Amino acid sequence: MYQGRGNLPPIELRSGSPIWTNLFTLYGANIMGERKVRYLSLEEGGFSLLLLAVAIFCLVIAGKTWDQVLAFHTALIALASLAGIFFIFRRYFDGNNTPAPLEINGKPNYNMAPVKFATWASVFWGIAGFLVGVIIASQLAFPALNFDLPWINFGRLRPLHTSAVIFAFGGNVLIASSFYVVQRTCQARLPGTIAPWFVVLGYNLFIVVAGTGYLLGVTQGKEYAEPEWYADWLLTIVWVGYLLTFLGSIWRRKESHIYVANWFYLAFIVTIAVLHLFNNASLPVSIYSTKSYIVWAGVQDAMVQWWYGHNAVGFFLTTGFLAIMYYFIPKRAERPVYSYRLSIVHFWALIFLYIWAGPHHLHYTSLPQWASTLGMTFSIILWMPSWGGMINGLMTLSGAWDKLRTDPVLRMMVVSVAFYGMATFEGPLMSIRAVNGLSHYTDWTVGHVHAGALGWVGYISFGALYCLVPWLYNKKALYSLRLVNWHFWISTLASCSTSAPCGYPVSCRA
Amino acid sequence: MDATYTALAHFAQTGGLLYFMAIFAGVILYACWPSNGERFNDASQIPLREDD
Repeated sequence: MYQGRGNLPPIELRSGSPIWTNLFTLYGANIMGERKVRYLSLEEGGFSLLLLAVAIFCLVIAGKTWDQVLAFHTALIALASLAGIFFIFRRYFDGNNTPAPLEINGKPNYNMAPVKFATWASVFWGIAGFLVGVIIASQLAFPALNFDLPWINFGRLRPLHTSAVIFAFGGNVLIASSFYVVQRTCQARLPGTIAPWFVVLGYNLFIVVAGTGYLLGVTQGKEYAEPEWYADWLLTIVWVGYLLTFLGSIWRRKESHIYVANWFYLAFIVTIAVLHLFNNASLPVSIYSTKSYIVWAGVQDAMVQWWYGHNAVGFFLTTGFLAIMYYFIPKRAERPVYSYRLSIVHFWALIFLYIWAGPHHLHYTSLPQWASTLGMTFSIILWMPSWGGMINGLMTLSGAWDKLRTDPVLRMMVVSVAFYGMATFEGPLMSIRAVNGLSHYTDWTVGHVHAGALGWVGYISFGALYCLVPWLYNKKALYSLRLVNWHFWISTLASCSTSAPCGYPVSCRA
Repeated sequence: MDATYTALAHFAQTGGLLYFMAIFAGVILYACWPSNGERFNDASQIPLREDD
């Protein structure tokens, strides 16, 4: 029998507890040489059971399917689930397995390890996503670069690029920053030990499944919603965990007021969940097939798709990143937000209006004209809250504009808000039926998207990352502000040429 | 069919107008209510008064 490391206290068995607990206790103590007198926590047991169920479900599919891609993906998910169970029990049997204290010396004991992981994941996916963007832009100019290979042709790489930058890069920035901001502004540790890791790792597993699916030709053929039913189910489970973990931090907050950034994060998490469920209400032709069909018929499906699609812009790319704006700009500028009152009006007006704007993607289709007029009208009304938010972000610097000269990180975030203003001016304009008749199917759309995605989302993300990394590692400053400065000017030149409606064709079609 | 459409459209249009205006008025009132000013000023300081 293994006697353990040195002088260990005697093993204590709980006489009143069920036999399996004592078995765990005895087994754990003997194998690992540690005293083990605690039950498996509800969290550990619950997640183990969930992961076991997922693993068994996926293994059955992997074994019985005739679809090679599905076999690959379900085997991957099963492997990840089993690895998850292994790590839960390794930690349980390990000596150092007591839950981390919520406070140390009266100060909140923040859980920053999952934040660090998501931060580095966003850097990795960012580089991957931008690289694919360069490849597809080159393919437009030099079609030979498709190499006649199905896996890397433009049709598959284009949505891979879109989803990689939005969901992989942007999504990890949102998860990292939301877990950071909610802890700091609520003065509370994230709930659970496994839950935050489940969210971060599960989300990145979804990214891997979705991303390889694009390359292998598995798609629902819906913009921003290409991943098939099994990937959608995976994301649904992870997203519920995200919502509960986020809410749990708010629940145990020390601040009585919930800071406005958390409102924006919460709107992002809740609305994305609802949109995801409605737009992926599809039935697989068999659980052994990657193929599924949506329950909505015809034009209803188109309307749900663009209700989803535009709110992926509204609630993922806007609301989530506005939360970053409302935390990181005041923090970096060391001044409170210009008007907290305006931020409240901004929040409620934005979320109540955005959800209606989707049908402007379906002008001149079989969608009834009144519906696309409705979408167009709400898009134009959206101008007001969008610019209200932009003014609120920019005016936060009033009295501190000189910082823009010396701090390229702050400059990045301010340029980001300026791009937000431009993109939210251009968007309502393009939603007007007559203008859309000109812009649709031209590179104007692509230019507009890049003003929003590169200019607004990209810059606010880089700004947040440049703030976050030194804070996470307790460093006084960044390695080199000169490098940030180079980053800023190179990407500003690139963004301006990509986003300008005439610049895009010049840069990619020359 | 036409009657149903007209009735539904009427309800949605007037109802939607009232519902949006009521919510907007409520938000404006809440945001601008003078006695909330102190709380909002305090809330805007949350990111700046963290420890360490």
